[in-house]
Amino acid sequence: MSSDPVRRPASSQDKAQPAMTHSTVSPVLANPQRHHTAIFLLLLALLAVAPFAIYPVFLMNVLCFALFAAALNLLLGYGGLLSFGHAAFFGSASYISAHAAKVWGLTPELAILLGTAAAAFLGLIIGALAIRRQGIYFAMVTLAFAQMVYFIALQAPFTGGEDGIQAVPRGHLLGFIDLSSDLTLYFTVLAITFAGLLLIHRIIHSPFGQVLKAIRDNEARAISVGYRVTRYKLAVFVMSASLAGLAGATKAIVFQLASLTDVHWTMSGEVVLMTLLGGMGTVFGPLAGAAVIVAMQNYFASFGAWVTVLQGLIFTVSVLVFREGIVGVLARWLKKPL
Amino acid sequence: MVQILGIPVQVLFGQLLLGLINGSFYALLSLGLAVIFGMLNVINFAHGALYMMGAFVAWLLLTHLGIGYWWALLIVPLVVGAFGIVIERLMISRLYHLDHLYGLLLTFGLALVIQGLFRNEFGVSGLPYTIPASLQGGRNLGFMFLPNYRAWVIVASVLVCAATWFAIEKTRLGAYLRAATENPALVGAFGINVPRMITLTYGFGVALAALAGVLAAPIYSVNPNMGSDLIIVVFAVVVIGGMGSILGAIVTGFGLGIVEGLTKAIYPEASSVVIFVIMAIVLLVKPAGLFGRTA
Amino acid sequence: MKLTNTLLLSAAVAAISVPAFATDVKIGVLNDRSGVYADLSGEGSVIAAQMAVDDFGAAAKGINVTIVSADHQNKPDIASNIARQWYDQDGVDMIADVPTSSAALAVAQVTKEKNKVFIDSGAGSTDLTGKSCSPNTIHWTYDTYSLGKGTATALINEGKKSWFFITADYAFGQALERDTSEIVKAEGGTVVGGVRHPFPGTDFSSYLLQAQGSGAQVIAMANAGGDTVNTIKQAAEFGITQSGQSLASLLMFVTDVHALGLQTAKGLMLTEAFYWDQNDGTRAWSKRFAAKHDGKMPTMVHAGVYAGVLDYLKGVEATKGKDPKAVIDWMKGNPTDDPLFGKGSIRKDGRVLHDMYLFQVKSPEESKGPWDYYKTVATIPADQAFKPMSKDCSLVQ
Repeated sequence: MSSDPVRRPASSQDKAQPAMTHSTVSPVLANPQRHHTAIFLLLLALLAVAPFAIYPVFLMNVLCFALFAAALNLLLGYGGLLSFGHAAFFGSASYISAHAAKVWGLTPELAILLGTAAAAFLGLIIGALAIRRQGIYFAMVTLAFAQMVYFIALQAPFTGGEDGIQAVPRGHLLGFIDLSSDLTLYFTVLAITFAGLLLIHRIIHSPFGQVLKAIRDNEARAISVGYRVTRYKLAVFVMSASLAGLAGATKAIVFQLASLTDVHWTMSGEVVLMTLLGGMGTVFGPLAGAAVIVAMQNYFASFGAWVTVLQGLIFTVSVLVFREGIVGVLARWLKKPL
Repeated sequence: MVQILGIPVQVLFGQLLLGLINGSFYALLSLGLAVIFGMLNVINFAHGALYMMGAFVAWLLLTHLGIGYWWALLIVPLVVGAFGIVIERLMISRLYHLDHLYGLLLTFGLALVIQGLFRNEFGVSGLPYTIPASLQGGRNLGFMFLPNYRAWVIVASVLVCAATWFAIEKTRLGAYLRAATENPALVGAFGINVPRMITLTYGFGVALAALAGVLAAPIYSVNPNMGSDLIIVVFAVVVIGGMGSILGAIVTGFGLGIVEGLTKAIYPEASSVVIFVIMAIVLLVKPAGLFGRTA
Repeated sequence: MKLTNTLLLSAAVAAISVPAFATDVKIGVLNDRSGVYADLSGEGSVIAAQMAVDDFGAAAKGINVTIVSADHQNKPDIASNIARQWYDQDGVDMIADVPTSSAALAVAQVTKEKNKVFIDSGAGSTDLTGKSCSPNTIHWTYDTYSLGKGTATALINEGKKSWFFITADYAFGQALERDTSEIVKAEGGTVVGGVRHPFPGTDFSSYLLQAQGSGAQVIAMANAGGDTVNTIKQAAEFGITQSGQSLASLLMFVTDVHALGLQTAKGLMLTEAFYWDQNDGTRAWSKRFAAKHDGKMPTMVHAGVYAGVLDYLKGVEATKGKDPKAVIDWMKGNPTDDPLFGKGSIRKDGRVLHDMYLFQVKSPEESKGPWDYYKTVATIPADQAFKPMSKDCSLVQ
């Protein structure tokens, strides 16, 4: 795995800065890895017994954020596009699914699907505009659009402003499985998260994923070979937005609440931090990053703003000396892409 | 009462003037960002936090050392600018060989650290900073009562922006700067210390943010979160103006302040979104921004 | 002092007799410990809760009380997460305080779901005992209706009939605006307009300008804490009060007056449920409180936490257990009595009824020393101070 997965695509505005390309072997180009299957199975086994030892609500929080970070990683680690506005998808999906479950009385799976669809649609609009710019501009444009979504969430009548949407019913899955028990809900969330992670794994190892990597590494070359780069970028953006939406919609059902925290730009920063800390462009990195950050927020909550300071420090240190991330380092030791 | 577009003239003009005051802050902050971006190619996410620091240093000077507003206008940019130089030397300079996105991520982390530290120390309820005696009171403009201090903010911001524009576009030093932006290797070959120039540029951009912080202290309560949402608006301003364009940053800053004020008078609910809507339109029509170089 | 004596007496009786039962009670004080409401709730509420435990003599009665506290940062999501974790994992039986209506509504919902007890002091939304009422919620200190009632009636009686609202855009601000508007209209006034600002806000000049343009006689601030303080300051900066419009702060705490200074705040009319300098009981308690809290006098929120915890412990003692339904039924079935609010009662929707007071802020010349800020203008008796029970609440039908 190369050490700086955020590559800057060749931009016509910055001819002085050549695109950073590395010729290291990437996991995407290698053969499908058997050890990935083994790790997925091991994780699944661990997570299946975990709720009997650890507070299930906390675990569900980790799972939702793991999926959110994995969604961002698809865009950032494999598409080379840094979105600083992914909270827009996460948050708007959580509002839509909360509203659907509470006001329209939909079953949880329909509410979550509706939230995901809304995020996908939003991703299509924002993505179509944002991919007109590259690199750092792209990051700022996504950030600004996310802030726009934030203001809409603050002022639209159905979102409840500062209150958010509260008392969202967990409901009955498919109409008959009661989710009010934490354990039942946990296994539902586990299934959703794993489905999402496997889908992402499938995407990055498909021909589509390979083209994506080619674009990330050298956009000009990909264009010259004849790929319609813009379409690929938009496609991966929409996929990433939808999966982020899936995570947000699920979180709204778990916590029975959709609030402004989910759409605020600090949420976008947090998910970038999770991905960076876990290891950008690795399959399992986002999980590790999400677990560490959520655990930190949970157990250090009584220290107030020190959590922010600590997050900032981890961010700074990760950028300065630990750009591979936890799983990136592990992968280097094991000499296997993870 | 005379009305334009169904709005009393008094309210319309008042909101426009308030918009201009907000625009003064947008202009100063986006100017600093543009200067830094032009030279370092780094989006300084910590800009909002440094603006907040400026206000706090002014408050600390007044509360603990008895140093008043006018001296603070001079001292604070120097102190915070020096802090910026330390950051640039110790951290940002290590990332120049990497993708510029890392600069954005690093400064984002720094912003979290700085804001968190100030929140711990001072809480978030805000600290009072009184308006200097010589600028208290106000005048009646007929359509509204304009506090003297707010008038001063506009004047100060216009002066600083004009001076910075002049220094960069019309002086020899500015010419070196612009040349170094285009081709650092060549300028270095002429015997100019480019790394030092980069460091000083960052320090100057940060000083502009700190100056805006001092100007803001008496109007808004001095608060650790004062820069955190503002910075996103300023990002949008910079994107609209065209990244790295000095004139673009200044004109767009003031212009968008006025547009925002106008929106507050006509359709207040949309006032916080209008800048982002404009950004979307500009991106569609002119992706490089209003004053940007060729796309 | 009568109550304190009774308490001391009962503590003494309990001390000599073997406690009739023993139980552990865990009380969670959940409030704003770093934000705009930290001064009016925050650590002070923890001190007040501890004082209630000590004054009650809980340990001697076999009730072993532990107090935990946390910062909800005024956000409903954080508040509901902490409440959930407290109930699920940490064995908390009762949550007290919770300022910020949005957070309080979230905690009320979790408390109902987990069947525990929630005694709110810091939040003001009438929804807590209205459409979001719950058999597990008791709302102690004040609410938006009672605040509006005192202040609006007084100002309209002075002939100030046209009102403009500057409202903090969240549950509390909206409820305060809604309830006060109703009272204004009922008393024969008119509402000429209003604006809503994000919470917390920084620059209020644009809203003030709209308020000025409306020509209303009263600019009512339906916000709280630092927002109110900033609005008042900026109103002075823009010369609004000088031009003849009156500012009415619908929710103001003694700590806000302290922050503003009497020079800026003098003459403001405000409604509170408690002021430290009302009678011997409040003075004695407040001096003990101040001694533990850096010399800062208690707010009505602190007083409400004290009274609420005290009444809850009485319920635990009387029912010999902490079954939420039994304790709350006992509390609703018996009159409340404490040195801070005097005698009162708890309605079946969870609303605590006690007197409210209309105060006016003293001028610097009238004030005799630190924290001498209010003079009492009127007492609003308990039966008139609060909104009649509403059919919106499921407990009322």
